[in-house]
Amino acid sequence: MKRISINPITRLEGHGKIDIFLDEEGNVANAYFQVPELRGFEQFCIGRQAEDMPSITSRICGVCPEAHHLASVKALDQLFAAEPPPAAKKIRELLYMAFFVTDHTTHFYALGGPDFIVGPDAPPAGRNILGVVRTVGLEVGKAVIECRARNHRVIQTLGGRGIHPTAGLPGGWSKSVSAPERAEIEEAARRNVDFALFSLGVFEKAVWGNPVYREMLESDVYCHRTYSMGTVDLSNRLNLYDGQIRVVDPDGVEFARFPASEYLEHIAEHVEPWTYLKFPFLKKAGWKGFEEGAASGVYTATPLARMNASSGMATPRAQCEFEKFYAAFGGRKPVHHRLATHWARLIELLYAAERMLLLATDPELTSPDVRAPVGRISGSGVGSVEAPRGTLIHHYEADEKGLLRRVNLIAGTTNNHAAIAMSIAKAAKCLIRAGRVVEEGLLNRIEMAFRLYDPCLSCATHSLPGSMPLEVRIRDHVGVAVRTLRREG
Amino acid sequence: MGRSFTGSLDRREPLFAMDKPKLSMYWASSCGGCEIALVNLHEKILDVDGHFEFFFCPCLLDTKRADVEALPDGGLAIAFFNGAIRTAENREMARLMRAKSQLLIAFGACACMGSIPALSNLHSRQAHLRTNYLDSPSLDNPSGTLPALGSAMAEGELELPEFLETVQSLAQVVPVDYSIPGCPPEPHQIWNVVEAVIRGATLPPRGSVLGAGVSSVCGECGREKSDKRIPGFHRTFEIRPDPRTCLLEQGLVCMGIATRDGCGALCPQVNMPCAGCYGPPEGVLDQGAKMISALGSVLDLGDYRGATAEQVAGKADAAMGGLPDPAGVLYRYSLSGAAVRSDLP
Repeated sequence: MKRISINPITRLEGHGKIDIFLDEEGNVANAYFQVPELRGFEQFCIGRQAEDMPSITSRICGVCPEAHHLASVKALDQLFAAEPPPAAKKIRELLYMAFFVTDHTTHFYALGGPDFIVGPDAPPAGRNILGVVRTVGLEVGKAVIECRARNHRVIQTLGGRGIHPTAGLPGGWSKSVSAPERAEIEEAARRNVDFALFSLGVFEKAVWGNPVYREMLESDVYCHRTYSMGTVDLSNRLNLYDGQIRVVDPDGVEFARFPASEYLEHIAEHVEPWTYLKFPFLKKAGWKGFEEGAASGVYTATPLARMNASSGMATPRAQCEFEKFYAAFGGRKPVHHRLATHWARLIELLYAAERMLLLATDPELTSPDVRAPVGRISGSGVGSVEAPRGTLIHHYEADEKGLLRRVNLIAGTTNNHAAIAMSIAKAAKCLIRAGRVVEEGLLNRIEMAFRLYDPCLSCATHSLPGSMPLEVRIRDHVGVAVRTLRREG
Repeated sequence: MGRSFTGSLDRREPLFAMDKPKLSMYWASSCGGCEIALVNLHEKILDVDGHFEFFFCPCLLDTKRADVEALPDGGLAIAFFNGAIRTAENREMARLMRAKSQLLIAFGACACMGSIPALSNLHSRQAHLRTNYLDSPSLDNPSGTLPALGSAMAEGELELPEFLETVQSLAQVVPVDYSIPGCPPEPHQIWNVVEAVIRGATLPPRGSVLGAGVSSVCGECGREKSDKRIPGFHRTFEIRPDPRTCLLEQGLVCMGIATRDGCGALCPQVNMPCAGCYGPPEGVLDQGAKMISALGSVLDLGDYRGATAEQVAGKADAAMGGLPDPAGVLYRYSLSGAAVRSDLP
């Protein structure tokens, strides 16, 4: 492969890009998904005070700052040798569950959901949250807005700010929870459980109950047999805040189970010259390119992957939905039909709501003891959580002044980079035959192939979260661009 | 921020004629938190939808850049522009949004002052590439592959853009009409601005900061100040601050005194120091310099009569031990316009 060196600027494009190459018959020879931005937190955090990382790394992503804040503060617990008191851990997880409820809600109703609720072939002007509200009614729209509002209030109460929380400290949390605050959070959690059940009902009726969408969910166009990764508790049940990272192979057999601190033994990152974003893979399987199957180290870390990698859910209603989900796919586990990720996301929404209620009613939550003293200020620390978009790992090393000298981050979406590229290529190959181009439908159905991952390229390198600007180029066999479809930023 | 407007809006014309005025929100090098802050207007977002045609917002709408390019100049009534200028594409978009907007508003700390992305200005571009692709502990890159501007694949050529050597604020690239500070701006402050526009209120002179006060965060902080002086500074993990008294007077490097009010002093309410995200107060150009002067005023090095210059310097160094990264703390949100730079390898 020819490589051209990096030189000063010629022309820049800040788009997520897809290049599709056609062979002489007009069929797809290959398709590339490019991430054309580098943001560089791993470099510019060097020299910063380690304890400032929860706030600095929140700015990797304003959509999921809570995930970075918590992965960061968990890395600091280890770096500073400070074990947080039980109440601090519970406050952190409680904030995180409120965040999961609002984040998964936003994806289902504003980002991914419009494809199903408004329709994949609907005019682009209507394929958005306002179109969803028009389709399902203003009352549902208001319920979505209320759900987001009450959970952002909880996040502000616990974390100090509604976006970019500030309360994380090595060994704990800067603020305890008062009794009235706890009562208000409990009420929010109860309403979240109802809202999650309602949303699962919307999915069952509007998506699974619609033969066209059901066929898409079960179709081969959006199916890949890869490894699945997620965090589990001691009983291998799915956990979003803490536990060990578990990987199952394409048949569902356990392949690895390890604490985040051992991630370097299990995960490595491959570099391609045509994209700024790296490709993590399972070290013990190896990088074999963009390939499916047990011989290839490609894995996914998504709501669907987390369910595949776990034995069940730790809360009763979510467990019931978990069983219903696998039964719907004929009892097969793991499920590799990627559009089912939307369904898995709603089951996690219910889990987060139930877990939030459990934590909100825990008598220990209001303990004033929320900080432990630090044991040292130098060394290294690794922290991880399950971000909405996949396993998130922060790894720091600090010098004798507690200033950072090395920072390594593997963000949720990054885990899925190879899989996203494969899903896009497969969708393109299935949808473009003998040079026939389905214009708007093609664009949107390819978008659906990555949107199911809820990709956050803000987190991944920095580009743009949710629905990013996109350019699809279709080239003939001599590489001449025959058609460019753009949705720019 | 926002002091260099040279636009040419004719004030005799109504600001918004006939149809619903078009509102847009564009992100450059940003985290998306500004979009979430807008969505966190919650039910009021429906009022925004009622008064404006929400025209272009890549985070939420499928409208294309080509749709913006097709508008006449000034076709957008208001554009909120968030994010710093990191890439040449960000710069192109800044110019496009400037041309198409009657009011171009720098929205959030990145567009106003570079914010966290501008910490990158303390490092070289080469260092970024080396760390990311050649020297990270999880890398598997034995051939030393780096992202390339062009890659010849079997099927054809793939191109990548390059990023600029430094990060700039929006006003360093194009004239800006107003600025709304904050990381992100607090939703109630966003609403104050939007509501004023809907009401037809007379806006302050071009170049003004909107959605914030003119004084400092200390004015809205409930903690008691007693003009106490302190022997040195502490890091946040070193002390448990008293919940009622001024954090700076307890030795934490709280930026409140050098930061514009408007957020409601949120961070000090949960016992954490203000980090300065609303930028400097009215009339202050350099937030870090303002803070250094404040630190000097609060610091008490004790009796140093008869001490040598070296001894005094040693005392000062010890007192500053609680602030080992002054550039990253004092300029965390304002580095794009600051004189502080580095030529680190």
